[in-house]
Amino acid sequence: MINSFEIIETIKMLEEEHLDIRTITMGISLKDCADSNIDRACVKVYDKITSMASHLVKTGEDITRDFGIPIINKRIAVTPVSCLCNTAVTTEDCVRLAHALDRGARETGVNFIGGYSALVHKHYTKGDAMLIQSIPEALSSTERVCASVNVATTRAGINMDAIEQMGRIIKKTAGLSADSAGLACARLVVFANAVEDNPFMAGAFHGSGEGECVINVGVSGPGVVKSALEKIGPDADFGLVAETIKRTAFKITRMGQLVAQEASARLGVPFGIVDLSLAPTPEVGDSVAHILEEMGLEKCGAHGTTAALAMLNDAVKKGGVMASSYVGGLSGAFIPVSEDAGMIDAVRCGALTIEKLEAMTCVCSVGLDMIVVPGDTPAATLSAIIADEAAIGVINNKTTAVRIIPACGKTVGDTVEFGGLLGSGPVMKVNGFSSEGFVRRMGRIPAPLHSLRN
Amino acid sequence: MKAVITVIGRDKVGIIAAVSKVLADDGINILDISQTIMQNVFTMIMLVDISGASDNFSDMAKRLEQVGEGLGLSIRIQREDIFNSMHRI
Repeated sequence: MINSFEIIETIKMLEEEHLDIRTITMGISLKDCADSNIDRACVKVYDKITSMASHLVKTGEDITRDFGIPIINKRIAVTPVSCLCNTAVTTEDCVRLAHALDRGARETGVNFIGGYSALVHKHYTKGDAMLIQSIPEALSSTERVCASVNVATTRAGINMDAIEQMGRIIKKTAGLSADSAGLACARLVVFANAVEDNPFMAGAFHGSGEGECVINVGVSGPGVVKSALEKIGPDADFGLVAETIKRTAFKITRMGQLVAQEASARLGVPFGIVDLSLAPTPEVGDSVAHILEEMGLEKCGAHGTTAALAMLNDAVKKGGVMASSYVGGLSGAFIPVSEDAGMIDAVRCGALTIEKLEAMTCVCSVGLDMIVVPGDTPAATLSAIIADEAAIGVINNKTTAVRIIPACGKTVGDTVEFGGLLGSGPVMKVNGFSSEGFVRRMGRIPAPLHSLRN
Repeated sequence: MKAVITVIGRDKVGIIAAVSKVLADDGINILDISQTIMQNVFTMIMLVDISGASDNFSDMAKRLEQVGEGLGLSIRIQREDIFNSMHRI
């Protein structure tokens, strides 16, 4: 029998340290829903989603009950919808597809559906262009649809046409949801090197190399890692710190693997991957920033933060990899500002700036995430921020992303309340010098050389 | 199928009696019991076989929770697999 100490340890993790499964995400292919008539395509999309995912939420709840593991979100990711938009005549046609996704999500009870996406790292198809144009309207007129656009890859380079456009699209999306301070932008991610099996929103989509239907699971547990580090104390050396994080990540991921297998068996859908990420929530005791501070930094953002995050990210992967048969998605530590109590504090007291966050994105799993900037930030500056992130991803052969919210009518010092898992975001200062001339050049930055590395 | 029942709270007379009555009524066999005081908290852990249970899992969990509320304790039942997967390779 498992000994009492181990049982109590598990229960403590679940009860006191916010250990949970962050999401069970069902990937559904919509390839067979393409139709020359958009209305017929909408019907096919809705029917497919509601039939494939009809038991998803119930199965999640059953697993929570049987194992005592909270499963916070049940979600759906679909094939990038731009492939259904090639027959669209107006952007309004694409918006109708977004509404079909939204209705499907509501009917199945999932809180988000991802995949209102286009992959344009080299060039646009007609459908990509239509879909991207329609994003502001699609997001502001739905509540559960998440959009993403991949604008760069290490192999194709950086599509500056798309980046220039995304700056304007983000501004327009914020403008259309001005009454909620641009909340719709929280459902829009711009990627470089997007992954096909990411279960986390808002960037989840069902990649073209995936099968008909798949179950991916994202684990979480910053609180567990922090409390494990508290136990070893402030004098433990980095060897022990890394070892402690690895052991903890192993346990967390084993739980994710168990849930993934169980969900896959109960739903009769193949198991895809476990995404071993440390995903924070705004709740106290569930913060990635606090792990970094536990390592000895006075505040997240102080010099040393990038090194601390690099070690954390690496140790999480090392611990998690052995615990799961298939690891994928984004796997690493997330650093969304508004969703992490420690990050919010660090921004408020001036310890954490966009520039430092940018450096941190070189070593963590994603990028500039849930960052609120003043509403009057020019579109070209947003594009330039995206270009910087894309460059980091492309050169370092990793996924990077930008999820940024220009909050209408807000300036530095204000705070925007999003509520729920999205938390609240202090408005951050952006560099006031113009990037207009740079962004205006358009075209494509060629793919980088991957030898002669320095 | 096996499950682990954990009882955590303040020690008092009749905890085991109350819990085992629910289990007996439900046709659940107790395989192992251990109890200890951990950090000043009474902790009882039971390994049970639920294959013969007459109630479904969620009803069972609810009834144990109610018994716990009556005694001022937290009583939880979870499938054994979670502990095995987390602590055994």
